[in-house]
Amino acid sequence: MTRKRRRMYIVFSGMLTLGAATALILTAFSDNIVLFCSPTDIQNKATCAKADIRLGGLVEEESLDRGADGVTVSFRVTDLTNSIPVTYKGILPDLFREGQGVVTEGTINAQGVFVAREVLAKHDENYIPKEVADALKASGNWHEDAQTKDADTY
Amino acid sequence: MSAELGQFALILALLLSVVQSAVPMIGAARGNRAWIAVAQPSALLLFGLTILAFGALTQAFMVSDFSLSVVYQNSHSAKPMLYKITGVWGNHEGSMLLWIVILTGFGAAVAAFGQNLPPTLRARVLSVQAMVTLGFLAFLIFTSNPFDRIFPAPLDGRDLNPLLQDPGLAFHPPMLYAGYVGFSIAFSFAVAALIEGKVDAAWARWVRPWTLAAWITLTAGIALGSWWAYYELGWGGWWFWDPVENVSFMPWLMGTALLHSAIVVEKRDSLKVWTILLAILTFSLSLIGTFVVRSGLLTSVHAFAVDPERGLFILVLLAIAIGGSLLLFAVRAPTLTAGGLFSPISREGGLVLNNLLLTVATSVVFVGTLGPLLLEAAGTKISVGTPYYNAVFIPLMVPLVAVMAVGPLLPWKRAELGAVLSRLKFAGLMTIIAMLATAYLVEGGPVIAVAAVGFAIWLLAGAIIEWTERIKLFRVPFGDSFKRMTKLPRSAHGMTLAHAGMAIAILGMTGSAAWKTEDIRIARPGDNIEVAGYNYLFEGMRSIQGPNYQAEQGRFVVTRDGEFITVLTPEKRLYMVQNMPTTEAAIHTNGLRDLYMAVGDSDGNGGWTVRIYHEPLVPWIWAGCIIMVIGGTFSLSDRRLRVGAPVRSKRWQAKSGSGQAGARA
Repeated sequence: MTRKRRRMYIVFSGMLTLGAATALILTAFSDNIVLFCSPTDIQNKATCAKADIRLGGLVEEESLDRGADGVTVSFRVTDLTNSIPVTYKGILPDLFREGQGVVTEGTINAQGVFVAREVLAKHDENYIPKEVADALKASGNWHEDAQTKDADTY
Repeated sequence: MSAELGQFALILALLLSVVQSAVPMIGAARGNRAWIAVAQPSALLLFGLTILAFGALTQAFMVSDFSLSVVYQNSHSAKPMLYKITGVWGNHEGSMLLWIVILTGFGAAVAAFGQNLPPTLRARVLSVQAMVTLGFLAFLIFTSNPFDRIFPAPLDGRDLNPLLQDPGLAFHPPMLYAGYVGFSIAFSFAVAALIEGKVDAAWARWVRPWTLAAWITLTAGIALGSWWAYYELGWGGWWFWDPVENVSFMPWLMGTALLHSAIVVEKRDSLKVWTILLAILTFSLSLIGTFVVRSGLLTSVHAFAVDPERGLFILVLLAIAIGGSLLLFAVRAPTLTAGGLFSPISREGGLVLNNLLLTVATSVVFVGTLGPLLLEAAGTKISVGTPYYNAVFIPLMVPLVAVMAVGPLLPWKRAELGAVLSRLKFAGLMTIIAMLATAYLVEGGPVIAVAAVGFAIWLLAGAIIEWTERIKLFRVPFGDSFKRMTKLPRSAHGMTLAHAGMAIAILGMTGSAAWKTEDIRIARPGDNIEVAGYNYLFEGMRSIQGPNYQAEQGRFVVTRDGEFITVLTPEKRLYMVQNMPTTEAAIHTNGLRDLYMAVGDSDGNGGWTVRIYHEPLVPWIWAGCIIMVIGGTFSLSDRRLRVGAPVRSKRWQAKSGSGQAGARA
């Protein structure tokens, strides 16, 4: 076994694994990625109307409603320009509140209702998911002071 | 007062790190002994100064000095003392300071125990370490000073995020940081070796224990974090492929590769350039991990309040550290001589494959974590979740686990694959039996789970066979075997334990992913709920009062076939100061499965949302991690690897014979 041969083996197997990994990543990306959409995007963009998406925005004030079985909840997600009705079966995260940022994952059904499989929690009250902040900025409803607590006031 | 003392110590440390970055490095280049000698006392003093600053901050938290901004924002006088202290690193500024303390602590350890390192190498290592420290200190002092005062001082604080008021998370950051920062030593050694222009077995013998120590704490830190997520967040899962989790996982994967490639450098004087590169990349990933979490660049469910203002500073710091070291690598690496030869089927070959798979696995996690950022720049917003990782990560782990059982049985240089596989006949048999038994015992669940159990058993059996062969169990009288066992190097036991731990963790992951049962419903007092053969009788809710929270506590009596199992008392807590609710899950474990339950909101008519999980094998995940940590620690205690113990190789003595009599171990 010469040095050159060994190097060739290593390079070859390296290329092979990298190639396989790239193939894996590409197929996984085309099948498994989830688009992020704001309520306005859902109205305007065709890509948001189908498949699995993440919907982010604020929980509309006074929109939270518990279903008869007590486990299904419905609420509206808004970017303060448009809003989308959402239903979800399960326990809402601790910090789920009306008027606060939320990210949900699921699909839009034929009635235009977003059926969420998952409602994402956050751990900190002051934290707004960046996607939600961007959605609000995009709809022109972002107010720095209203959304983040000013650290130095008490 | 003590805050000013801490501030002063930090500024002194900053100035000292400037000196330590430059003087020993120049001294080593010019062969000036006096300049070289600066490194050692300087590193020790630097550690002392950062400890002083950390002590000052801790004191401020303990006495609740709300005139300090960080104390005001993250503490409260009614908080239990334990959380007052852990609150020191429960915020951005304090955790950054802890990072620096650990960083300088590692530097001081090299200064203190590195007596028998060649003086120029030691000077350069400490210099590089000081450069990293300098960057962090500047970041801390100029963008996130923990000693900022507010005037007038408020009467009470805003309390620590309640989710952080928990023993599991209290000790998660220090462990994780010790792991991240531990890789800084490997990084400093790599950069110093590039400047020095030589890498040999003695160098590897030095790097390995540090890497191993970092790997152990990082393993423990990640395990602690996932355990916390499991019992504290009340959603019954333990890993979500969230960006914040991924950034701690990437250095772990890369560090694991480094750990294995350093063995080849030490034993066979081969793969040197690769190992240097791995050391640089591992620490770079640690840096990315530390900063990405804080920069607010990524959307994470685990993100605590972040401040994007610091983003630019962070980016510059990362660019200098990573770009600079990679540039140095590109320039200097070709000058390093290649080492011993080996055939593809050999121990070295196995370790190369391990490295290949681990680095590729790191890169797919990297793409999944940071790829969305790039796509966002191009205008599409996507998020990458569990399905992606299942699709790309598992196919890479399959060959890795398969080879993991075979690798340790291969001899160095060249091997006969057939002969080795025939020694694994028993493992193959066990694998088949385990798969058949799983398929028979478990109804339903995905087929892939049966295969996963097979792979785990293959690995477990392989690890055990390797160990029994080394001590010749059942082939020589038992007493002789026992003698062989005690004579076996501890690192050999360590490897067996670590590999076995991995197998056990895989079983745990498989069990919880494939055979979990979940039930969510509204329950009223007196209701009986049946989940996976267990009956839960809801007796009622009561209000309880904690030190800084109020809670609604449910009482559920669990029985199976009429036999009493346990009483579960999940809570829904409301922390008063931050007006923040948290879920306290109740868990009963018997080692084979967890009964897990959480209560949600009241429906207003006397009913409560309850969530019950039956999680088979889940405790094995952490049991496996603990075994890996024990294995690592065992290996670290090996005499040959002990920090400060390496014997100087002949080449070192010949080249660096400047006469400094090193303490021989």
